[in-house]
Amino acid sequence: MIIQKIETKIKTRIEDLGKYVIDGVDGLGAITLFTARFFYWSVKKPFRNHLLFEQLYFIGNKSMMIILLAGMFTGMVLATQTYFGFKLINVDSLVGAIVAISLSKELAPVLTGLIVAGRAGSAMAAQIGSMKVTEQIDALEVMGINSVQYLAVPRIIAATIAVPMLSIVFLFIGNFGSWLVGTKTLMIDESLFFSKLGDFMYVADIAQGVIKASVFGFVIAVIGTYFGFQVEKGAVGVGRGTNLAVVWGMISVLILDYFLTSFLVKIL
Amino acid sequence: MLTFENPAISFKNVTKQFGEHVILKDLNFDIARNKITTILGFSGAGKSTLLKHILGIVQPTSGQIFVLGVDLATLDKVQLREFRRNFGMLFQYAALFDSFTAEENVAFPLKEFTKMTEAEIAVKVKELLLSVGIKEESFKKLPSELSGGMRKRVGLARGLALGPDIMLYDEPTTGLDPITTKMVNNLIVETATNHKDREMTSVIISHDVRATLEISDYVAFLDRGTIIEYLPVADFKNSTNPLVQEFLRL
Repeated sequence: MIIQKIETKIKTRIEDLGKYVIDGVDGLGAITLFTARFFYWSVKKPFRNHLLFEQLYFIGNKSMMIILLAGMFTGMVLATQTYFGFKLINVDSLVGAIVAISLSKELAPVLTGLIVAGRAGSAMAAQIGSMKVTEQIDALEVMGINSVQYLAVPRIIAATIAVPMLSIVFLFIGNFGSWLVGTKTLMIDESLFFSKLGDFMYVADIAQGVIKASVFGFVIAVIGTYFGFQVEKGAVGVGRGTNLAVVWGMISVLILDYFLTSFLVKIL
Repeated sequence: MLTFENPAISFKNVTKQFGEHVILKDLNFDIARNKITTILGFSGAGKSTLLKHILGIVQPTSGQIFVLGVDLATLDKVQLREFRRNFGMLFQYAALFDSFTAEENVAFPLKEFTKMTEAEIAVKVKELLLSVGIKEESFKKLPSELSGGMRKRVGLARGLALGPDIMLYDEPTTGLDPITTKMVNNLIVETATNHKDREMTSVIISHDVRATLEISDYVAFLDRGTIIEYLPVADFKNSTNPLVQEFLRL
């Protein structure tokens, strides 16, 4: 009796695990097909540039304040943390360089990606999901307008362009924060701060960050719009879709960061 | 079953199945041109699925659907999308774009599919909105600022914007008070009849018996995927089918 119960429990767990794996692969397949539809419709007329500019404004311009705040304080805290470690071995003059390299290669693209996933990725899923449950997407299709072309394409292209730009802003403001703390609070010699920065910082470092940010922007928008189109069952469904967009957007940024880093360090 | 010469829409042996579940069973019926045809039925009878077949959003498992003489199965996705411009549709809850004002909603299809100038579009939009009883002070309101009846009227104006040959109405009076219901029904009749220079076929999906009997030319009763009665409205009222009689008594 007890053995039977244990067997049943194990069987159920294995079935659940199998279901998760199948659902995961199914989901991955669906999102791949969705991405293929994006590529197909992105080169088809009509090109609705006004929608692209609206999304660039929403994703880029409207995210600026949070990027400035996040970048500034990231640079400041990184400089502070790095200084006290480096001071022990008398290399505190390298603080500026290390912060700049860390920001350009990792922190600027990744943190920008996470911020955009939380802000714009969720908004995309919520807006498209709301349109789905209120039949607005059906209305577009009935009028003869492809909903992926109208709703997803401008958002994905805009995010691919805007996120690297935001990442560059993050990088610059982060370095400003680092300079401010480093030279005005921690009293690192300013000329040394800049000379070491110039010695160790390369264009390839910035390029690495920009490429990553562009990929992150693309993936965040694909995920956000995909989950928007999958929404069903009213307000609960919209909430669920928005949550999935944010969670998977953020996880994707972190996972892709590793693989992109492994690839880019070899070629740049 | 009623048949018509040169029908606007024709279902030939149409069956739709999702797995084991049969939604439409071997449908054979025509919808007359220039008339108002209502498809009545209980919830879950397959009315909305039937509507989606007319639009080509859903493809039948078997059978053919002809719209304005064209077999929908012969159209590829691009052609089908263009062909849908022959339709106008009023959705159950109007499906207005919630970030657009009333006039932007009506202007939308004109901007997408015509070469009209902004000034010409503005004139046309004003004409359409006034024709459905929307006053100018409401033109710049968002859908959230409009009543249910006003949203339906704006939705109707948007559906008529491109001068469709076929108007589809999905539960047009559901959720409306009696006065607004009467207003919407009057608009449907006016829309169907005020087009002397061209035809306008109207197809209404409904479970509102009273409205149906007031405004329709023909009524079809759909039950579990099958048309069990299809008659001119005067004969439909006197149908001997027990299920139809039960529905009419409700």
